[in-house]
Amino acid sequence: MEKNMLDILIIGSGGAGLSSALSSKEAGASVLVVGKSYPTASQTSMAQGGMNASLGNVTPDSIQAHIDDTIKSAHELCNKEMVKQLCEDAPKSIEWLEQLGVPFDRTAENRVAQRQLGGASSKRACYAQDYTGLKILHTLYDTCLKEGIEMREEYFLLNLITDNGIGGFSPEQDEAKAVDSKSPKNITVLGATFLDIVTGEVKEIRAKNTIIATGGYGGLYKNFSTNSEGATGDGIAVVLRAGGYLSDMEFVQFHPTALKGSATLISESARGEGGYLVNTKGERFIDELLPRDVVARAIASQITQGEEVFLDLRHLGEEKLLTLMPQEVHLCKLHENIDPVHQLIPIKPVAHYSMGGIDVNENLEVTGLKNCYAVGECSNAKVHGANRLGGNSLLEIISLGRLAGKNAVGCVFQRTDKTNKTTTKQLESDQEYIEGLLEEYPWEKNFYTIQNKLGEDFYKYAGIVRDNTELNNLLNELRVIKADLDNMGIGDKNKENNTNLVDFLQFQNILEVGEVVLDASLVRDESRGAHYKTAFPNEENKLYKAHSVYWIEDKVLQNKLVKVVS
Amino acid sequence: MQIKINRQNNIESFELPFQSSTLLKALYHIKNNEDNSLTFSSSCRSGVCGTCAVRVNGKEVLACSYTIQEGDLVEPLAYHEVQRDLKVNKQKVRETLKQATAWLQQSQEATITQEHIHLTEKQSDCILCDSCYSSCPVLEVNPNFIGPFALTRAYRYTADPRERDIQAIIDNIQSNGIWDCTLCGNCTEVCPQGIDPKMDITMLRGTASQFGYRDPNFQAMDFGFGGGF
Repeated sequence: MEKNMLDILIIGSGGAGLSSALSSKEAGASVLVVGKSYPTASQTSMAQGGMNASLGNVTPDSIQAHIDDTIKSAHELCNKEMVKQLCEDAPKSIEWLEQLGVPFDRTAENRVAQRQLGGASSKRACYAQDYTGLKILHTLYDTCLKEGIEMREEYFLLNLITDNGIGGFSPEQDEAKAVDSKSPKNITVLGATFLDIVTGEVKEIRAKNTIIATGGYGGLYKNFSTNSEGATGDGIAVVLRAGGYLSDMEFVQFHPTALKGSATLISESARGEGGYLVNTKGERFIDELLPRDVVARAIASQITQGEEVFLDLRHLGEEKLLTLMPQEVHLCKLHENIDPVHQLIPIKPVAHYSMGGIDVNENLEVTGLKNCYAVGECSNAKVHGANRLGGNSLLEIISLGRLAGKNAVGCVFQRTDKTNKTTTKQLESDQEYIEGLLEEYPWEKNFYTIQNKLGEDFYKYAGIVRDNTELNNLLNELRVIKADLDNMGIGDKNKENNTNLVDFLQFQNILEVGEVVLDASLVRDESRGAHYKTAFPNEENKLYKAHSVYWIEDKVLQNKLVKVVS
Repeated sequence: MQIKINRQNNIESFELPFQSSTLLKALYHIKNNEDNSLTFSSSCRSGVCGTCAVRVNGKEVLACSYTIQEGDLVEPLAYHEVQRDLKVNKQKVRETLKQATAWLQQSQEATITQEHIHLTEKQSDCILCDSCYSSCPVLEVNPNFIGPFALTRAYRYTADPRERDIQAIIDNIQSNGIWDCTLCGNCTEVCPQGIDPKMDITMLRGTASQFGYRDPNFQAMDFGFGGGF
């Protein structure tokens, strides 16, 4: 191996990134984890309900039942081999977390406790009260500190460095790409460029292998999403700009129960423990434990009919609520001024999880790019298909996170490459772009206002129920915004700690990812899982039992449908 | 409604069009509509990521979980390097976790009961918002003090039946650690998660004494009488 050359660059410091880091390190590689915020600030901290594994500690269960439930929820769009591998690895993943010290709740027999989540045929979700993601994430973080894993906070991903010319935000940056555009399959990733948020400097980090674990794109539905401010699909946009492939981007899961005013998540465990959904008349209108897409549509339908929808937990009693769902009780009081022990909780369904993402193969290698892996919500490993089961995302980030780390190391040691010798102009290009934003761009239009409006329009027109005319109008609106970016820019011209600049870069990523979401939604003239069109209410297997795949070639967004085999 | 923000020791007032709002929503309103350069940190908006802690009228709160009042003065966390406006450097403060070696030292097989889980349920709710650190008066006189959150985390692992080597943690929190705390309870008062670091530090002192450590302050006050009274 070359000396001083980083083996594995991990971009994103949530559960998937930290799991990859630990397994890469364990396999003997040098590892650097880079993230735009602090590791414990990631989306993983927000996962409440639990992590699936067919331990059968509470009710009888089997790996096969876990596989069957996952495949059923995926509506034919999954890779059954990947699902099988994930479900088989689930008990081992729980065991690994147990060894690291994750404080999972216990049964009376001192085994890991498990609860019911929607779409599951058994009590399968292992939990730590309703802080499951938080406690897993912090335990992973503690373990990373113990293992001396190097982490770099507040580094915002700008672009991948490849041997295929320059990818970038602006048309001027993309210009250089046309000159030596290679066939997409031969693009090699050499590392990535970052904005060091604190200093304002643009820097490059070279590595033999890069793992992208940057999270989903729920932030597209701004103010109508349970996701954090940073769920802006950065890694997904970056892969697209570098010539890699995305898939199934039209599949966005809407969580049935977020607080009406603040879009704050109320965990599915609230229904799992026996909570009811009722309308203004006090009537229940749906089996609360059906899969999320079905429940979300039922609620949306009530709201369309002029009803308000509430979560009713009153019958569970104060003691049970405070023991099992302390966080929910707190959030209701804070954001809605509601005490769920005595009052109904006003709710609405909001964007929650991105099933689509960076297209990867069974080894989690990014399609179209060499030496590059993707894992977690930013990726589409085809384990969730058209609709993710509650409890399977924490499982994915741990199980596949570890797999990505292991696989990436495996090929590092086999390879002798010249990653750090290949010169590219990516760094210069990105430096010029950032300097331009700070110096030249006017600020004639406020992008925050535009982004808020776009978020609401995505919720209305590319949300739970879709229609081609509305999708088309929204796609036009988005393209007008893209063409108008030169008139936006940033008002804050300071170089250091410029969060206005970061917000603007994230907005550009949202626009690129959003365009693919809309186009893919338009193409899919059927209803499947989370994607529902009133005019096409059925699954059309003949045409659409297929993954929708997107990439950029010769500066144009290309797409194809790839049939699902088996 | 009006709030004031301390920006690089310059107090600026902002008029807000809300009757009631979380502080975070108010900060975003200002940044999005009035002054793009207002700088603060936030992420999850629901009190679990620990990013948005600030001080309001001298007391630590999470901006996303605090309802603003007329005339509030908003300031960055104390004992952190202020990078800009309300944004602080948490990297240096996180070094205390390494100093305390607040992790599972040596994992062993153990029977874990729900009672064990309850014992450190609160401690493992920590979101690393640094509120407790900012409220701690010991840091005024000893900037090297490990501080409340890292000690709570150390306790969380010492109380875990899976920990085989409790002494390793205890050894690492002697210097600038458990004995430097004055047990004033500020940390307990400001913790948004209801954690009680003061109690955790007291528990750690108890464990330390089992390993033969004694309060060095007490020894210093002992004036040669042998302490045997």
